[in-house]
Amino acid sequence: MILIFLVISAGSLLAGSVHIDFGHVSRYLAKALTGDFSITSQEELILFSVRLPRIIFAGIVGASLSLGGVIFQAILRNPLADPYVLGISGGSALGAIIGILLGASSFYLGVPLLAFLGALATVFLVFVVAGGTRGPLPDNSLLLSGVVVNAFFSAAILFFLSIVNNMELHSITFWLMGDLSRASVKEICVAAFCLLAGFVLLYTQARKLNLIVQGEDTALQLGVNVERTKQWFLVVTSLITAVAVSLAGIIGFVGIMVPHFMRLVFGSDHRLLLPVSALFGASFLIVADTIARVVFAPAELPVGVITALCGAPYFIFLLKRKSH
Amino acid sequence: MSIISAENINFSYATKPVMENVSLTIDKAQIVAIIGPNGSGKTTLLKIINGTLFPDAGQMLIDGKETSRWSRKDIAQKVAIVPQETAVIFPFYAEEIVLMGRFPHLNNYRFEDKKDYRIVHEAMEKTDTIAFAARRFDELSAGERQRVLIARALAQEPKVLLLDESTVFLDLKHQAQFLALLRQLNTAQQLTVIFVTHDINLAAQHADRIILLYSGKIYAIGKPAEVITAANIKEVYDVDSLIDQNPQNGLPRMTLLT
Repeated sequence: MILIFLVISAGSLLAGSVHIDFGHVSRYLAKALTGDFSITSQEELILFSVRLPRIIFAGIVGASLSLGGVIFQAILRNPLADPYVLGISGGSALGAIIGILLGASSFYLGVPLLAFLGALATVFLVFVVAGGTRGPLPDNSLLLSGVVVNAFFSAAILFFLSIVNNMELHSITFWLMGDLSRASVKEICVAAFCLLAGFVLLYTQARKLNLIVQGEDTALQLGVNVERTKQWFLVVTSLITAVAVSLAGIIGFVGIMVPHFMRLVFGSDHRLLLPVSALFGASFLIVADTIARVVFAPAELPVGVITALCGAPYFIFLLKRKSH
Repeated sequence: MSIISAENINFSYATKPVMENVSLTIDKAQIVAIIGPNGSGKTTLLKIINGTLFPDAGQMLIDGKETSRWSRKDIAQKVAIVPQETAVIFPFYAEEIVLMGRFPHLNNYRFEDKKDYRIVHEAMEKTDTIAFAARRFDELSAGERQRVLIARALAQEPKVLLLDESTVFLDLKHQAQFLALLRQLNTAQQLTVIFVTHDINLAAQHADRIILLYSGKIYAIGKPAEVITAANIKEVYDVDSLIDQNPQNGLPRMTLLT
């Protein structure tokens, strides 16, 4: 899986609207690895300040969303859950739109910050609606309240879309479709740090996920403090995915598709499932983003379009398989 | 010395009381059956004993300490339960399921080692499940699944084993095998066994003591011959029965009269 990830990353370094020779790319990379970061040609400029950060960013977002998918599916014990079901998309979209409308884009980190706050506020709201502040959290009510809150937010988003002017409409639409081109190097670093720290925190508890998917009674009797563990996963995972969504916009289907596919290949042990899903999610989004960059080069498609185009047929396939 | 003792336990789901003033003590290495009609509180009592539910009033003690004061892991090292059925959403292999029984003995930062695998394989051999260790749990038959869950509980190496109708899906051979295994663990390792069943004869034949629950109260408790009487069965289950004795061991035997 690590190998696949590396090959895909390398492959997508080569692809782009400006053709750069394989030989050149490897020479530039070798040069950078020896610690020489001076940029001497236009090719290097494209490679290191455009493509590489973007590939890294796509990887981070893909990994974050996939991890989110694995974990939400496990703690909600529902194979259809993903980071967006809990309102992370709706909330951050609304936050971002309000940000764009208020002109936050002229401030550094303005829109992503509002999107992030929107996502967190929504997760909190979903929690409260589900009755999670007192007593145990019933899985279904969390999922239901996520759906309800999301539906309400979509209405609010549509309302805003219908009253804004053209310029704003364009940037909102791009945000809603998912866009990996805007993140700055600093933002990418923040996201990378959150992902790494989050992954370490989550991985130490991975064994507990195996027990929780067996049912809460079972997990409880086998010695897992279920409520605390679920809240821990919910908080850490929400943070990771909220960071990713607030920087990249809404990229659907990654979080829901990758975990299923990985379970088919590697089984359900979360100690294996978490790392392979992160790696595969990263690879998948890098491929999707490369396709988005290349097909209509030099114009770009929003990457969310590509993932959704892959995702919908995949879902039909999954449902067909289930009904047999 | 009593390993389990309940003192005046009350419990209700929301507003519906399901357990009223239940007191009992169970000694180490006893085999105890809990019987009673549907909804009489059998499963609830098991959950209170293993500390996944806490009594609203009264005290539930394991080894003299209240269940609410044990950590989940410590209690899981002492008490294991074989549930009626588990819903499986994601595919796990039978061996992985049994391996989960080792959870209370492991910390978060360690993978299972050789010793854990040895315990798991022993448990699977004892329950005749080793043959499908590498098969998916959700593809097994109900009886096979039940044996895997029994193996998981054994892998927990508990001092007290709780069984919630754990023999219903087993065929005769595996039932006999399992009952013999329980006897053996009971004498060799001083395992305390508490089992819930609807099979009056199973309870009468294999339990040292029987607890008869009736709408959340203990209706009768004692040796099989004291509890299994035509009068008790009539009062609690509202059926007529003939109680005679098993010619081999003199234990009570029930036949339904219809």
